Amino acid sequence: MPHIEDAVKELASKLKEHKANYLEAHLEDSVSSYITYRGKVLESIGKSASMGGNIRALVRGGWGFVSFNSLDNIDERIKLAVKEAELAGKGESHLAEIPITVVKARPHSRSNPVDIPLAHKKELLDGYNALIWNTPKLKTSNIGYGDSYKKSTFLNSEGSFIQQERSDMTLGMSAIASDGNQVQQANLSLGNPGDFSAMQNLDDAVKEMAERALGLLAAPQAKGGEYTVVLDPILAGVFVHEAFGHLSEADFVYENERMRELMVLGKKFGRPELNIVDGAAVPDLRGSFKYDDEGTPATKTYLIKEGVLVGRLHSRETAARMGEKPTGNARAVSYRFPPIVRMTNTYIEPGKTTFEEMTADIKEGVYARNWYGGTTSMEMFTFSAGEAFMIRNGKIAELVRPVVLTGNVFETLQHIDAIGIDLGMNQGGGCGKGGQSPLPVSNGSPHIRIRKCLVGGK
Amino acid sequence: MKHLLKDILHKASKVAQSAEVFMFASEETPVAFEANRLKSLQSKESRSIALRIFKEGRIGFASCNKPEDIDSLVQAAVETAQFGAPANFELPAPAAFPYVEIYDPEVEKISLERMISLGEEMVSALTDHTPEVLCEASISHNSISIIIANSSGLEASYSKSAFSVGIEGTVIHGSDMLFVGESESSCRPVRDTTNILNTVRRQLDWAKTHARVPTGKLPVIFAPDGVASALIAPLMAAFNGKVVLEGASPLGNKLGQQLFDKKLHLYDDATIAYRPSSRPFDDEGVPSRRLPLIEAGVPQNFLYDLKTAALAHTRTTGHGVRGGGLPSPMPSAFAFNNGDVLLDSMIADIKEGLFIELVMGATQGNILGGDFSGNVLLGYKIENGRITGRVKDTMVFGNVYELLKNITAIGSDGKWLGGRLYAPSIYCPAVSVSSK
Repeated sequence: MPHIEDAVKELASKLKEHKANYLEAHLEDSVSSYITYRGKVLESIGKSASMGGNIRALVRGGWGFVSFNSLDNIDERIKLAVKEAELAGKGESHLAEIPITVVKARPHSRSNPVDIPLAHKKELLDGYNALIWNTPKLKTSNIGYGDSYKKSTFLNSEGSFIQQERSDMTLGMSAIASDGNQVQQANLSLGNPGDFSAMQNLDDAVKEMAERALGLLAAPQAKGGEYTVVLDPILAGVFVHEAFGHLSEADFVYENERMRELMVLGKKFGRPELNIVDGAAVPDLRGSFKYDDEGTPATKTYLIKEGVLVGRLHSRETAARMGEKPTGNARAVSYRFPPIVRMTNTYIEPGKTTFEEMTADIKEGVYARNWYGGTTSMEMFTFSAGEAFMIRNGKIAELVRPVVLTGNVFETLQHIDAIGIDLGMNQGGGCGKGGQSPLPVSNGSPHIRIRKCLVGGK
Repeated sequence: MKHLLKDILHKASKVAQSAEVFMFASEETPVAFEANRLKSLQSKESRSIALRIFKEGRIGFASCNKPEDIDSLVQAAVETAQFGAPANFELPAPAAFPYVEIYDPEVEKISLERMISLGEEMVSALTDHTPEVLCEASISHNSISIIIANSSGLEASYSKSAFSVGIEGTVIHGSDMLFVGESESSCRPVRDTTNILNTVRRQLDWAKTHARVPTGKLPVIFAPDGVASALIAPLMAAFNGKVVLEGASPLGNKLGQQLFDKKLHLYDDATIAYRPSSRPFDDEGVPSRRLPLIEAGVPQNFLYDLKTAALAHTRTTGHGVRGGGLPSPMPSAFAFNNGDVLLDSMIADIKEGLFIELVMGATQGNILGGDFSGNVLLGYKIENGRITGRVKDTMVFGNVYELLKNITAIGSDGKWLGGRLYAPSIYCPAVSVSSK
């Protein structure tokens, strides 16, 4: 079977020979390792190695896509992709212009976390698990650690040739407490682009998590209804990702006249203090890279500037169709999928309000922290806090059970009336879209205050 | 593939006391429509080889998709075995597997042109009904083959075909968005889209007007998709033998007790003919069977794989499922009993309430405790026995264990959802609802 290097050479000459408006190829070689614990014991440990690639063809606006594990018969696969695109294409092809880029990877430009001895990783996790189990009344716990390292090669029929390396690391923990009648849990999720030292020295956070699960057993359920809500940087980051980030993805907008009207640039979305950014060019985060999966250089894109919609996230196709600039947001979770418009590092820029100022005039509100998850239907969003406190007469009061917050995106963005000074990035989540999950992203925000937010409860 | 399998088993057996090789190969051909137009055709092939070994009493695991580099695979499994969990069970010996019909050669014979025309038919039927709807449709066929062999002498394989058809429609008025959709899947070709189209047309009709419900406790009918999106995740966790073993399942010590309404029955069944979730054996080579989970409201069994069963001092139920790593207990297909009450009569019974088709975000909360809380993405108000319009800005909240204790009726409208769940509509007398 041919090696990747041979396949690359063959592709470089063959991609230009076929009659398609555009052709591209991705080849990937990756390794990963993982360790999981359930309860007091290590549950599984494993290593994986994967190689594969894909060919994508564009003919008259229709796409063909062929993915494979074997590097044999590359020419046949190109022909199949072109044939598929011909069958699908009945209109015109549009791709925004990007520079032709030739970048050969410097070997080991990124460290490979999979090479760190399993013994080191296990020792660290054993320590965290022991800390979790120092807490009484725990029913069980989960720890999931994973890391990966990927070398990718991108080629297209325009002559671009880009090699990149990518490292990723995630650590998720949960503690589950029970008093016999009910069960409560607390989570901690972390991630980074391959830096093992960032996973060390987390003892305080781990202890706090286990104690939080225990504390929730005694906590009452918040009464459902509309509240003024203060979100911590982690939850506000999930909010900006879910509530606004997905709406900024141009693939939902470009072929939909009514969405184009709704998301017209220049429209006011929030108060003048509100600035929202997405960008893979923001360095050293899980959503950072130099070139996206169509070879477009990474950017830092303002989505909302001073409350006004000024940009959105594009692939080459959506940018061309909307007459806007490509932003480098075409990403695929692996060679098994074509690139689609995705977020990278998405955050609300810091404002001027301190936490004390934010809560001072709230008579009865909710302070929601941490996260379980979130999802969106574009218009409506829901996101769930990992812990919540009532705010009473300007002070943080009693702990309540974790709350689910929901709302209408357009109204809620208008209702953000205070933005904190303390930007924090959350790298513990992965994003899912179109069956592609989890894609490494980061999101963040300072503390924010939202008026009239619907909180689920009894 | 068989030659490679034996080769890996042979090499692994030299360095380990027990070994098991699991190989998976799939080919998938999805046809996708976007914004009412054919957008892309794809063909995806994928394969993987997983090796589990027992070495010096510990479990090692590695996987790859490189048949030319099996030495690295064996080496990685040996490396992980130094730290692996204790090997507390034996790999299964050859057994008699049930005959499960999951392959239909007709699936592969459906041409790309026919798949495209299925999509075109669906899109034009919906745009005829509602001109402003924008549809995304997907028509896909795939085939998978599985081979497993172990050092206890087991060697088994099966092939499965699958065909799926789905359509989602979006209707936007200003900032008001409506999402509708339906899908069907089978191991045989889906040639008739009538049911899919009828469902989506009914959704579009019912959502034409808007209605408001008050905050408070209301009677709620969860449609099959509503059951799937709001109520299922907690049950799937609670019947998992691993969760039970840890003492985190609310059902853990309550088998045989009347916890749910007597009208409720639930099975896990991997032997139903032509279901994409069916298979003759699980991912550890253990025969599939129909396992009662709830009978007349009484929990009966939990789901186990080999390792969890050994820890719990019981036997595997044939629910070892791999998601890329080591097997773990997972449902194959949850199937509720179909009820005997027509949806129309349930609706007619309600003076003021909700009919919920889709809840967003319900599974983000305290799943283990049975709590759910989510936004009603697609639901309608029932007023004086009639649907009066779509509700928005509405949340439902509840606890699955409290809700399913007392069910007013179970619908006769059971259907398969997403391949792994068969559910009818479930009518609950009082569910907490918050609305703006």
